[in-house]
Amino acid sequence: MVANVAVRKSREQVTIDGNQAAAHVAHRLNEVIAIYPITPSSNMGEWADEWSAAGQRNIWGTVPLVVEMQSEGGAAGAVHGALQTGALTTTFTASQGLLLMIPNMFKIAGELTPTVFHVSARTVATHALSIFGDHSDVMACRSTGWALLASGSVQEVMDNAAIAAAASLESRIPFLHFFDGFRTSHEVSKIEQLDDADLLALIDERLVAAHRGRALSPDRPVLRGSAQNPDVFFQAREAVNPFYQRCPEAVQKTMDRFAHIVGRRYHLFDYVGAPDAERVIVLMGSGAETAHETVEFLNARGAKVGVVKVRLYRPFSAEHFLKALPKTVRFIAVLDRTKEPGAEGEPLYKDVVTAIGEAYSEGRLPMPHPPRVVGGRYGLSSKEFTPAMVKAVFDNLAAAKPRNHFTVGIQEDVTNSSLDYDPSFTTEPDDVVRCVFYGLGSDGTVGANKNSIKIIGEGTDFFGQGYFVYDSKKAGSVTVSHLRFGPRPIRSSYLVSSANFVGCHQWVFLERYDMLSAAVPGAVFLLNSVYSKDEVWDHLPQRVQEQIIAKKLRFFVIDAYAVAAKTGMGVRINTIMQTCFFAISGVLPREQAIGAIKDAIKKTYGGKGEEVVRKNWEAVDQTLAHLHEVPVPQRAGSGIAVPPAVSPQAPQFVREVLGEIIAGRGDSIPTSKLPCDGTFPTDTARWEKRNIALEIPVWDEITCIQCGKCALVCPHAAIRMKAYDPKHLEHAPATFKHAKSIGPEYKGLVTTVQVAPEDCTGCAMCVDVCPAKNKKETRLKAINMAPQLPLREPERANYEFFLRLPELDRTVPKINTVKGSQYLLPLFEYSGACAGCGETPYVKLLTQLFGDRCIIANATGCSSIYGGNLPTAPWSVNGDGRGPAWCNSLFEDNAEFGLGFRLTLDKHAEFARELLIRLRGELGGELVDALMDASQATEAEIAAQRARVAELKQRLARLDAPEARWLLPVADALARKSVWIVGGDGWAYDIGYGGLDHVLASGRNVNILVLDTEVYSNTGGQCSKATPRGAVAKFAAGGKPQNKKDLALLAMTYGHVYVATVAMGASDQQTVKAFLEAEAYDGPSIIIAYSHCIAHGINMAKGMDVQKLAVQSGHFPLFRYNPALAAAGKNPLLLDSKRPSVPYKDFAYIQNRFKMLTKSKPEDARLLIGGAQDDANRRWAMYEHLAKLYATDGAEAKPAASVAET
Amino acid sequence: MELSTTYLGLKLKSPIVPAAGPLATDIGAIRDMEEAGAGAVVLHSLFEEQLEHEAAEMAHHLEHGAESFAEANSYFPQPYEFRLGPEEYLEHIRMAREAVSIPIIASLNGVTAGGWTRYARLMQQAGASAIELNVYYVAADAELTADAVEQRYLNVLAAVKSAVTIPVAMKISPYFTALAGFARRLDRAGANGLVLFNRFYQPDIDLDTLDVAPNLILSSSWEMRLPLRWIAILWGRIQADLAATSGVSNALDAIKLVMAGASVTQVCSVLLRKGIYEISTMLDDMQRWMEERGYESLEQMRGSMSRKSIADPGAFERANYMKTLNSYV
Repeated sequence: MVANVAVRKSREQVTIDGNQAAAHVAHRLNEVIAIYPITPSSNMGEWADEWSAAGQRNIWGTVPLVVEMQSEGGAAGAVHGALQTGALTTTFTASQGLLLMIPNMFKIAGELTPTVFHVSARTVATHALSIFGDHSDVMACRSTGWALLASGSVQEVMDNAAIAAAASLESRIPFLHFFDGFRTSHEVSKIEQLDDADLLALIDERLVAAHRGRALSPDRPVLRGSAQNPDVFFQAREAVNPFYQRCPEAVQKTMDRFAHIVGRRYHLFDYVGAPDAERVIVLMGSGAETAHETVEFLNARGAKVGVVKVRLYRPFSAEHFLKALPKTVRFIAVLDRTKEPGAEGEPLYKDVVTAIGEAYSEGRLPMPHPPRVVGGRYGLSSKEFTPAMVKAVFDNLAAAKPRNHFTVGIQEDVTNSSLDYDPSFTTEPDDVVRCVFYGLGSDGTVGANKNSIKIIGEGTDFFGQGYFVYDSKKAGSVTVSHLRFGPRPIRSSYLVSSANFVGCHQWVFLERYDMLSAAVPGAVFLLNSVYSKDEVWDHLPQRVQEQIIAKKLRFFVIDAYAVAAKTGMGVRINTIMQTCFFAISGVLPREQAIGAIKDAIKKTYGGKGEEVVRKNWEAVDQTLAHLHEVPVPQRAGSGIAVPPAVSPQAPQFVREVLGEIIAGRGDSIPTSKLPCDGTFPTDTARWEKRNIALEIPVWDEITCIQCGKCALVCPHAAIRMKAYDPKHLEHAPATFKHAKSIGPEYKGLVTTVQVAPEDCTGCAMCVDVCPAKNKKETRLKAINMAPQLPLREPERANYEFFLRLPELDRTVPKINTVKGSQYLLPLFEYSGACAGCGETPYVKLLTQLFGDRCIIANATGCSSIYGGNLPTAPWSVNGDGRGPAWCNSLFEDNAEFGLGFRLTLDKHAEFARELLIRLRGELGGELVDALMDASQATEAEIAAQRARVAELKQRLARLDAPEARWLLPVADALARKSVWIVGGDGWAYDIGYGGLDHVLASGRNVNILVLDTEVYSNTGGQCSKATPRGAVAKFAAGGKPQNKKDLALLAMTYGHVYVATVAMGASDQQTVKAFLEAEAYDGPSIIIAYSHCIAHGINMAKGMDVQKLAVQSGHFPLFRYNPALAAAGKNPLLLDSKRPSVPYKDFAYIQNRFKMLTKSKPEDARLLIGGAQDDANRRWAMYEHLAKLYATDGAEAKPAASVAET
Repeated sequence: MELSTTYLGLKLKSPIVPAAGPLATDIGAIRDMEEAGAGAVVLHSLFEEQLEHEAAEMAHHLEHGAESFAEANSYFPQPYEFRLGPEEYLEHIRMAREAVSIPIIASLNGVTAGGWTRYARLMQQAGASAIELNVYYVAADAELTADAVEQRYLNVLAAVKSAVTIPVAMKISPYFTALAGFARRLDRAGANGLVLFNRFYQPDIDLDTLDVAPNLILSSSWEMRLPLRWIAILWGRIQADLAATSGVSNALDAIKLVMAGASVTQVCSVLLRKGIYEISTMLDDMQRWMEERGYESLEQMRGSMSRKSIADPGAFERANYMKTLNSYV
């Protein structure tokens, strides 16, 4: 129970999220911080890095040293070392990262070393990766010997971060302080902030000195980390026992001291509820807050229930636990936010059972009868955990035979473990304002809502809470903000499902989401609408009209885009919608709210220039005049139906599962409809028509020179080329365009360049690279952007017709040219990547060239998210049903994972060949010889081999020999397969480098594609070893001081590795050649592909231009190193770019990542850019030298001009 | 030999003044300029438009893609204080003042009446000895009259003059219908100096890409003829000092311009081509030339070849081809 004593009034109230709360304390209580990015903990490291970069000091007055490591394993190692030498040290992590720390955690605990790791608990990847929260990672650490301390709210995170640090020093047991990923780590909440005085009072400096006293030092040398033998290891291991026995008491003492200093009182187990409760739930984390709220609600209505919030989970003090239970308890439900398949129960359940069982058998049970204990699982991967579910758990305890080993919150209809619950049950009190806002990522809704919480939190006595739900797509993504404001601390750690304010910031969402189902009667509905208050009603879908009438909603509209345009805000409608919210909701007096919004704008944008502030203020001032209440008619009558999420023509699985996820109803899908092993069909992205582009490209067939560049660079395969016999045009739609194909190989054919209007993201990169200009009006190119809406219907028909046209025979085009490659069908389409993504054009090219025979190992990161995030898969299939097979293992092991593919393929091919020889007589010598001797160097030869394999299978089916049965399932290995290992620079340069290096060394025929964005893009742009000198990145807030690692050079040193650096925007022709050569090379190949990225702060439509400058400036020289050439006595190293011809800063300063440093630390920027220029010069000189060195027989290495010039 | 001069009321030890350009962005280069004998330094321009554009760009890029995806709430470190206003420039003025003892002339460039006044005042506070106003304006609007264009310049000048107490020079282009009259209007409006002339980037067409290509070409010696003519015409007829810029490449150019009436000659391209210490060479050559011909000071030769001082004032007014034709007669 938490009781307030002597709360000091002067302590600051802040509105922050859980990660910031943990980092606030951790940064003040440590000297060394080793970090590595992983969702959802990355922000803690970012805060620490930024604070240290800004010179912020810890409570002892020194700036903590923050160092980014190459992996969480590395971070744990660095932490271990820093601890051993006496520094106060910490780190932040989650999920797989925590797993990588486990080996060091055993050591740190075994050596009784005080430290705290702050963990935003996240699901460990099993059948699928999930970035969301549960306790599976923390539970994997139970055997390490660490104390596990749980926080359930943002305030608790801050408090327990401090308590853990003090208790660890006191007990010498290292602490893992955890809180629920996203639900708590990302929940924004108004809390009381601990200050330096609190922390100084809490931390016993004698214990700090004692920690330092145990440090390794040559001045008082000791040996730690010995190797022990069977004679002593066991008994020595038991020597730690007293420390674990004393630990719970040490934690309680610390909590008591904390209460004395701060006023909030915690216990190892806090009980909330009726003192005479019979039914009690035991759980930890944010779910305990929901249970707390529900218990109070139910007890106020006559129930006698309670909840035990577990805070110190390890060491588990049965004594304290039993004391926390009311003596009246008869039924206990223990809820675990994790799953341990095969166990007889989840961990907390088993601990509770054991505690009660032992106490009962030893006669120590404080209650007359042993309570009946059941266990259940809830909330995996941030699954909602609501009061309705809590009530269902209590109801289960009240049943005659309470169900054990249940699940709650899902419909588990395979083994029928799930409890039923009534979703309409709610505990939301009337005096809490509950709001839901649907926004577009790019319109700034989330940022404005975070500001609103601060405004209300800081301007009133109200408590505020914000939680934000994001899309699985990076382009055109939807955000849903859930806000609560109320007079008491808000414990509702679940989404708002009964809202008294619903804001829809984008008209299109009305059709996509049933947002008004969350509105309570009499709620306010605010809509951003291009239609005026007099017109809007008739344009609403019928469903929306009916809901507005039935629920008697007050309905307001504003044309926020018009106000934004008028005030120079572009598409940022955030402050406009925020002003509307305050104007209508009445949470604050209007004038006060406007003033507060303006103050917040000044605070947010003040550092970014007066003009930005002025425009935002202007937008605020203009808003109220454009905000109108719409009189609601008596009747709905628009007749506008909401279209289904996916086409009725889609396959059943797409309609019933993926379509439901797209529609936002994934929570309702029962277990039986989902794959049991994580296997999903590919070729499903085409069913998800997102229509997110405001403008799409339009082809001008007369100006077009059919170069294929537009199709090549399209990140979403939304502009394509096809050559075909004109006879197929007979039934073409009226506006379908074509032109006579250019080039002798296409004689007699016509070509169409077609846009997929509903899949295009409108990035305009295709227009930027188009080299053909209209001769009369040079502002026009062969493709030009035009508004999507009027084109949607005709172009949809055109695109459908285009897709039905026959594919060109793959042997016709010259696939070693850009143009030829673009006549090949892409087997990667419509992914969720950012508009203008610099990575996906390479991935798509890979599938055009090798998609029908490739198997892809994909490192975790952007590419695994746009490549594998539900609902739909961008990997598609050709007319034969062939296409890329794709899998993501982990972040750190991708090269090894891909090598495994190769090993299987090689082994199976070898086995198949052995069996062919053994079956030669039965199968026929001619077929066997042909299969064995086939060259598979060309498309035609591969096709011929596939035909032979098909024939082989037919013959095998007629045979009864064991060898025939063995050969049949491995026969496909006889046809050439292409193994691709794909990932970003975070993987290749940092966490996966050891494995990548080993795989390169193996000599096996794998192809590695490094999508080099020079940062950890997926987690928000943290520095990697690929980050160039002088670039600002997270974890390098002051600009990266070191040079970019030369991965290509390292790979080249082996001699047997094919190495290419490519930058499509600089030389697309060289890119195509490099891909073909890499794949053709019978050995390891690595392509390092410069990929512009949203994290560079560039105009994404101009991404290819930036790539060009990267090469021209010498930042990213292009070359190919082909060992096959060396074997043929030729120079293996071909420089494909020229000597640097533009200053480095011309490349750098069109990118915010470099530019921003000139505006924050101009002197540093000058020094670093000078260093970067030197790097570029040196790099070029070295490659030029190498090329000459490699030149044999006096042959000079010459730039491959025909390739470089495109 | 007296090479000193007075410009904008400032006593300069020599008439060679590096013009607003990229070299003065480096404090070390400014030290070199002083050491090489520069009379003053005009700093690179503070572009009002650029400041606003940069601020807008940065705000855009810092937010672009943010708060859209669960794993990446942002793409750049957040708590950053940017110096997007003129602070960096002002700091540069302060540092330049500390680094050298010659006058530092700040250059302010813009097209609207927006930030002029405020920036000018800040420049003075930061220690600028004078301000050079560079109104970089191509009057492409077909509705705009010549008078309106001139008025725009006068408004800017008036606004800045009212904001500062240090001298203000106006750097203008030659593209005025009645340049002499306009110079007098500027003079009467309080311009302490006229800098003749700024050079517009003259765009080129790239025939491969069919793009309009901005194309910076360093000036050549022959380009000093245009300022030469107008300085010669204006000298002695207006109060404001005259500074020559465009094409000043060597000592002889400088001497000619001083003879036409220039108080100082601004140099840029020649320093970019040959290095900052070309200033020393120019001054040495000037001195030698003057000694050989018995000149004692710049003051003595200033204006000696101006329209007012020469035998045939029409020489500066006639179009050159007429004179050429005449010479054959």
